[in-house]
Amino acid sequence: MDTAFAERRRRDLIVAFVLAAVAATVPLFVKDSYLQNMMVLTLMWGALSQSWNILSGYCGQISLGHALYFGLGAYTTTLLFTKFGVLPWFGMLGGGVISALIAMALGYPCFRLRGHYFVIATIVIAEIGLLLFHNWDWAGAAMGIEIPVRGDSWLKFQFPRSKLPYFYFALALACVAWFVTWWLEDSKWGYWWRAVKDNPEAAESLGVVVFNSKMGAAAVSAFLVAVGGSFYAQFVSYIDPESVMGFQFSLLMALPAVLGGIGTLWGPMLGAVILIPLTELTRSYVGGSGKGIDLIVYGGLIIAISLARPQGLIGLFSVKNFTGLFSPKGKEAVR
Amino acid sequence: MTAEAIIQSLASGLLMGLLYGLIAVGLALIFGLMDVVNFAHGEFLMIAMYATFFLFVFFAIDPLLSAPLVAAALFVFGAVVYLLIVRFAVRAKANAGMVQIFSTFGLAIVMRGLTQYFFTPDYRSVTHSWLGGKTVSVAGIFLPVPQLVGALVAIAAFGGLYLFINRTDFGRALEATREDAGAVALVGIDKNKVFALGWGLGAALVGLAGAIMAIFFYIYPDVGASFALIAYVTVALGGFGSVFGAFAGGIIVGLVEATTAMLLPPSLKAVGIYAVYLLVVFVRPRGLFGSM
Repeated sequence: MDTAFAERRRRDLIVAFVLAAVAATVPLFVKDSYLQNMMVLTLMWGALSQSWNILSGYCGQISLGHALYFGLGAYTTTLLFTKFGVLPWFGMLGGGVISALIAMALGYPCFRLRGHYFVIATIVIAEIGLLLFHNWDWAGAAMGIEIPVRGDSWLKFQFPRSKLPYFYFALALACVAWFVTWWLEDSKWGYWWRAVKDNPEAAESLGVVVFNSKMGAAAVSAFLVAVGGSFYAQFVSYIDPESVMGFQFSLLMALPAVLGGIGTLWGPMLGAVILIPLTELTRSYVGGSGKGIDLIVYGGLIIAISLARPQGLIGLFSVKNFTGLFSPKGKEAVR
Repeated sequence: MTAEAIIQSLASGLLMGLLYGLIAVGLALIFGLMDVVNFAHGEFLMIAMYATFFLFVFFAIDPLLSAPLVAAALFVFGAVVYLLIVRFAVRAKANAGMVQIFSTFGLAIVMRGLTQYFFTPDYRSVTHSWLGGKTVSVAGIFLPVPQLVGALVAIAAFGGLYLFINRTDFGRALEATREDAGAVALVGIDKNKVFALGWGLGAALVGLAGAIMAIFFYIYPDVGASFALIAYVTVALGGFGSVFGAFAGGIIVGLVEATTAMLLPPSLKAVGIYAVYLLVVFVRPRGLFGSM
């Protein structure tokens, strides 16, 4: 392993640790519940986008159907809790495992598809899931399910009076998603994925098992997204098919990574930190939903960034700027 | 269910399918030309429906007469979208596929926002048009006149498009550019001009579909979204880039939708379309008529 890469990875880890520590102290100063809510959402979307990025960014299989796994996570936790009294923590793991298994079952036929055929297949499958949940009476159908809230409890992971526990869980989730990505970047899988993304035929001829590596990426990605979905269900304590499995969730998962830098370690988080507060603020200050101004700002931003910086905003914080900040010798090392 | 009801339902499915084909063909044309999927295609349909609606309300022009006007307006709009956005998106050096998807997605969101802002999210409809609400009986089967006329317009449009591509200079330039954009530059054809006209033509076709749809469908800012997914499925089913594939794909989608509606609850009728798409691409990963 060349030392430049190893050094960058060590530096990434330190930067992440510092950022996480700083983030953890923010709620001590910011007490406003609107702002705390926004921070929870930012961390959650950052984590989701980071997970999406594993399959779509690193492995290059663009999915616009991840809302399916988000919804499966939300529904598994909620149904297990409301119907059988299973604690959300087990539901979270269960939802993750179910989603990972379904992702592999769906990947089996879908990973033979290329380009737009694959993207449309992911949209269509998520849409089928949405329609099935819409018509599934036991799971609340279109009416959805309300999670009964009985007061603050870590056991049941519900906190009607405080945002703080949600904040710390979302932060932990974001850290886990980041760390998994960081760890995978330098693993056998990470190299395989990048090879598959760049040129699947060449990768295959060099001994990469293309199909299995796509399946692995799909499973990891779906598992983490489902945990995010479980968390979201606990956070909002009411779910219905549209509000956890609608197409907009697939899009919202992809956007931070696309804006920040797809297939990069820091891109999804950076994208979320910019995009989520911006959306929330335009929605509440410029004019409520329904008036359309939030959509105009949001859509305009997507066009502008994707045209002006196709490699994502992370390029602005290029590695050499970072190295300048954190180690004087780094500049040459990275080159 | 009686045989009559089944025939009735398949006949309406066929008419709707031809309209789906007309909605989708612009998408197929643009993809065939330059390998770009326009993710704002549904919004093109949506603004065509609004244009038809306002021409009807303010100038009392019946959708049947305004259809060519709307198509012309959409032609200009499509060409402008190419020149202002897509032209730059296809030049992207990094993540080219992603940039195309998201720049047109961004456009779709902006268009929805603008419509909400200016026209409110209210549902509109064209009431008392010449064809609206009328039905005609053919051999004991009742067919809605707007859909019937729409199907005829779709067939005429496909016929016209076929002649256009094969018999005119611009059509030949279009074909040549899709074969090899680099080579056409050498014989003095301006690639950008052909692409812009291709986008115009694709938008005009969906504009025509929008004018017909406005007669019998509610008009609201999100109306494009539901038709867009059907249009992608239609195009992919036929094989991306194949104009004939879009025509055939549309008919299949219409018939499958009608069949599913007979077998499953109405809210699940789209499941049949999606399932057929998956089935087809799992067996033929390039769609029915797509070339490798």
